[in-house]
Amino acid sequence: MTSIDQVAGTAPAGAVDAPAVATAARGARAPAISLPVIGERELRLDLFRGLALWLIFIDHLPPSLLTWFTIRNYGFSDATEIFIFISGYTAAFVYGRAMLESGFVVSTARILRRAWQIYVAHVFLFTIFLAEISYVANSFENPLYTEEMGIMDFLKQPDVTIFQALILRFRPVNMDVLPLYIVLMLSLPGILALMRWKPDVTLMLSVLLYAVTWRYDLYFSAYPNGYWTFNPLAWQLLFVFGAWCALGGARRMSQIIASRVTLWICVVYLAAAFYVTLTWYVPAMSHMLPKRLELWMYPIDKTDLDVLRFAHFLALAAITVRFLPRDWPGLKSPWLKPLILCGQHSLEIFCLGVFLAFAGHFILAEVGGGAAMHALVSLCGIIIMSAVAWLISWYKHVADKSAPRKAAVGNADMAGGSL
Amino acid sequence: MRPRLFLVLSCLVAALAAQPLRAEDAPQSCEVPDNLLATVSVLPKVADAIKRGKLDILVVGSRSSTIVSSDASAYPARLQAALQAVLPKLAVNLSVEIQVKKTAEEAGSTLPKLMEVKRPTLVIWQTGTVDAMRSIDPDDFRSAVSEGVVALQKAGADVILINPQYSPRTETMISVPPYIDNLRAVAQEHDIPLFDRFAIMHQWNDQGDFDLFSTTHGIDLAKRVHDCLGRALSKFIIDAAHAGPTQQN
Repeated sequence: MTSIDQVAGTAPAGAVDAPAVATAARGARAPAISLPVIGERELRLDLFRGLALWLIFIDHLPPSLLTWFTIRNYGFSDATEIFIFISGYTAAFVYGRAMLESGFVVSTARILRRAWQIYVAHVFLFTIFLAEISYVANSFENPLYTEEMGIMDFLKQPDVTIFQALILRFRPVNMDVLPLYIVLMLSLPGILALMRWKPDVTLMLSVLLYAVTWRYDLYFSAYPNGYWTFNPLAWQLLFVFGAWCALGGARRMSQIIASRVTLWICVVYLAAAFYVTLTWYVPAMSHMLPKRLELWMYPIDKTDLDVLRFAHFLALAAITVRFLPRDWPGLKSPWLKPLILCGQHSLEIFCLGVFLAFAGHFILAEVGGGAAMHALVSLCGIIIMSAVAWLISWYKHVADKSAPRKAAVGNADMAGGSL
Repeated sequence: MRPRLFLVLSCLVAALAAQPLRAEDAPQSCEVPDNLLATVSVLPKVADAIKRGKLDILVVGSRSSTIVSSDASAYPARLQAALQAVLPKLAVNLSVEIQVKKTAEEAGSTLPKLMEVKRPTLVIWQTGTVDAMRSIDPDDFRSAVSEGVVALQKAGADVILINPQYSPRTETMISVPPYIDNLRAVAQEHDIPLFDRFAIMHQWNDQGDFDLFSTTHGIDLAKRVHDCLGRALSKFIIDAAHAGPTQQN
């Protein structure tokens, strides 16, 4: 997903230069023909990644009316699955091509640079988090929450805490996705090299690792105790699956996706998942679930990407792909533009979302959290995210105009946007 | 320590400060919607005890089951008073076992011994907060609670679980949802009532009954919240035991 693709795909304002740039893009793309897939920019990917970013933002805020629009209330999986899958897809797409064009070493260097950017973003967010926590610790002493305030104890040892944060072992709430993503990116060169050799074997190895993780309960430890909230050893499955789809898997699966049987399995599964989710909110219904099913099913583990969650994501994806064709005209509609723009600059917008969630918490805390205020904060956040995404797009477009050739190469990993 | 961020935010806040309503001004009520107090699980032993006219309750909990320096205003004591008010003929005996900074597993290991000493009819077990703060593996948490509940039931008591408080200020620091989910799962597994303290307090905050974001240093808010919790809990117990005042004679 270079920003060149973007120009070719969405043809934003000032399209005068677009043909020239698009030609450049095609030129850059030519060697990629040996990749199993060459494509137009997949606006659907941008759309859903943008959607995932919005939903993650809303889920990070205290629950409000808008929370009812997030998909985790209607089934097992949530925005994180969408996000990691699409990240795997786009990362493989961009860096897979880079690997063909410039070889293993150079593309690995690019991937590492990308991982470094994500790491820096993570540390930046951690700094903001520290500032917020310190403020709360200094100003808040409600006797009702004596117990909960014990969480501030880590501030008494800033040396240890900050060091542990730098090695990604100390991660505050809501800051789990980026470390997962860093680890996944670091393993990307290996994944891509394997994929070039035999994609199916790679996918099978990934499934094997997932199974071994479950069987032997492998995990990444965290500080001061516990484990990583998103276990990379399990979540890699989604990432590798995304990569596999990008490198031809999706095309090979298209017949399966198009079949009626698949459709019905998906619909039935989604309906069942919805029913189960309903029992969480309407306790009276919980007795309608067979006990044996409950015992087998619970807990539906997010840390290790429960199979039920994975299956739920697959069902959602299959139905989406089926009913939302690649050339759906709605993708060009101005109404979806904000989502698509956010999806195209996912690292920036993700970080902004985490920051805005902190800020939102802060505002709600200072002003008092009525339902209307909640909704207003969420809405403002989304507007800010969209506006910034638009600004970045505009800037990149202008910058590309002044140096089209250079941008065609240099931007490949910047806009790789593979977050 | 105050970066410019807060200055900017403060301006934003000031701009928005036209917002009315801080909960202090709101009328002091704390209604709980029926669906938050509904449970399909029952408390047969409590029902029997109420018929016999004597109910022994044991509350096991962490720090949030008490108010520092004001035990008599904490929800266990308020529960006792509220039960007494509704069922005047019932002798309610209540003891509280606060286990500061103990995880479910650590607290659970003390339960058999406690049961031998106290022999309560009803055990109210408040847990989850410490586990959330220490990021105990939710699976381990779940099995610890489950084992604890089995031990309590074996010793002959009805059990109610209470989940963590709704604490908006620490929401970005403590991740309670996994522990709330697992408590719910344990309650379903053993068919015991779960008093959803989190959702109830959340509701109060949303309705404007209480401003739980408040930075107050005073003890008054804590007292009022605990009083409401005690009353809600008493209603919850009476409903689950199917023992309205009319049924007592």
